[in-house]
Amino acid sequence: MSANGHRSYYGRPIIKEPVWTWEIPTYFFTGGLAGASSVLSTAARLTGNAKLGRRSLFLGAIADVVSPALLVSDLGRPERFHHMFRVVKVTSPMNMGSWVLLVSGGASSTAAVLELLDRLKPVKILAEAVATLAGPLLATYTGVLVADTAVPVWHEARQELPWIFGASAAASAGAAACMFVQPREAGPARRTAIAGVLAEGALMQAMTLRLGTVGEVYKQGEAGKYARAAKGMATVGAALLATRGRKSRGAAVLGGALVCAGEMCLRWSVFKAGFQSARAPKYVVETQRSRAAHNGSKATTKPAA
Amino acid sequence: MSTPDGLLTYGDEQKERVGFFTDTSVCIGCKACEVACKEWNLIPEDGRVWTGESYDNTSELNANTWRHVAFVEQEKPLVANGDGETGLRWLMESDVCKHCTHAACLDVCPTGALFRTEFGTVVVQQDICNGCGYCVPACPFGVLDKRHLPATTDPPPAFLGRKEDGRVWKCTLCYDRLKGGHEPACAKACPTKSIQFGPLDELRERADARLEKLAAEGWNGAQLYGRDPEDGVGGFGAFFLLLDDPEVYGLPPDPVVTTKHLPAMWTNMLAAAGALVAGITAATLLGGRR
Repeated sequence: MSANGHRSYYGRPIIKEPVWTWEIPTYFFTGGLAGASSVLSTAARLTGNAKLGRRSLFLGAIADVVSPALLVSDLGRPERFHHMFRVVKVTSPMNMGSWVLLVSGGASSTAAVLELLDRLKPVKILAEAVATLAGPLLATYTGVLVADTAVPVWHEARQELPWIFGASAAASAGAAACMFVQPREAGPARRTAIAGVLAEGALMQAMTLRLGTVGEVYKQGEAGKYARAAKGMATVGAALLATRGRKSRGAAVLGGALVCAGEMCLRWSVFKAGFQSARAPKYVVETQRSRAAHNGSKATTKPAA
Repeated sequence: MSTPDGLLTYGDEQKERVGFFTDTSVCIGCKACEVACKEWNLIPEDGRVWTGESYDNTSELNANTWRHVAFVEQEKPLVANGDGETGLRWLMESDVCKHCTHAACLDVCPTGALFRTEFGTVVVQQDICNGCGYCVPACPFGVLDKRHLPATTDPPPAFLGRKEDGRVWKCTLCYDRLKGGHEPACAKACPTKSIQFGPLDELRERADARLEKLAAEGWNGAQLYGRDPEDGVGGFGAFFLLLDDPEVYGLPPDPVVTTKHLPAMWTNMLAAAGALVAGITAATLLGGRR
């Protein structure tokens, strides 16, 4: 019996920590950036803002090309990365995500190359359309990816995580575009960044409140450090964009960089929180015991009285 | 609930579902199961550590341990005789992959490396696994793990500069032995019949009778774990008779297959994706270019 009332086997974890390394949270950021940039690019183009459309297309394509490299690098057997495409499996968010990334990355990089070469415009428009459809899925499925595990702080947050990742992706895409587009063309990007930061912050707050004890890892250890860094940088960056981003290129670059750094930290915070949550058996035991007390459980069969 | 996902696809080749009933009330902690498993399955040695945790220096199931004997020392008499007598008892439990009816590892595996065999068990195909690691945090019991030791068979190509195996390993319920009509190595080696192998339906009947007997004799805390096909994972293919609550042995008290909520998660994600598009559209339209 431990100090806080639950029992465990010598304090050992019940579930395994993930074996994922630095590539994965980095990919959560780049994948989100890629997905939301495709949407921002198309929205800008459709409203006649060609500069923003072009730059966001390039930013999205770069992020879309970096993403699979990160994912392959994380594999225990990188040379077998193509085994991801042996099957189409809706019960595996990673399998679905691999297909989405293949489509999104293929489409956005094709569109970017054709834009650079200024050739085959109909193909380019088609590729942009495909990237715009795949992008929002790419930006949000990673929330399902981590939620679909036995890790309490991820699984119990399955309602919020895709929304948080989507908001974070919007913030990243808007902020990145603010860094590379003149302020006179960057209005939609700036508003996307600011709205993304606000939404992400509110959703994170709501999630940790709702999670209660399970959510306390966001205040502890590395997850806590990244969470505080994320909040600080994203808030200052968004404030800078809101107050000075319209006029000053310097402020737009700095604000954009701060928001991007903050959103990267947010992904790291969620990532690290999963490890901390898996490590402590009390989160597994308390979550399951309180659920069992509420709904009943058939995990054990006791003798008839 | 009790038919394992994927089993019915075998048609004529489908076999009777088999599994383990591990009765911890007769386990003597000899670890013959651990040794037999390691030997038969050519599992590499992964270091020797003195833990100070009773007789347990194995500590957990992982890529290199597919049977793990847990040792719990308690100040509680084995049999509740009602006269308030206290005493020590030493609980031993040989843990193993549960071969769940609804297996999260199998569901989330993106390559199809994890599959349901014709015997209803769950096995990793080592020539397919690419070491993505998704099954590792998906398993509610912490059974699967990536092997970080050098590859003993099928080494990765040298040009990648990787020296470790990098794939995920777990109990196969001795798939090779089952194919040859033999019982798994751990059950074969168990000297007290604590590990019983057989058709799952038969094992469940045997477990029910055993529980009834222990209850009649007044054993403290006797309970079956994973026997009920209506539990969160549809029942275990390898279930247990425990003498205390599951968490005392390092087992989750109410495991639920994580993919149970996946349809709702996908729907929720599509809503979030739609909101992302709506948000960016609004940010573009509401306000000027500047």
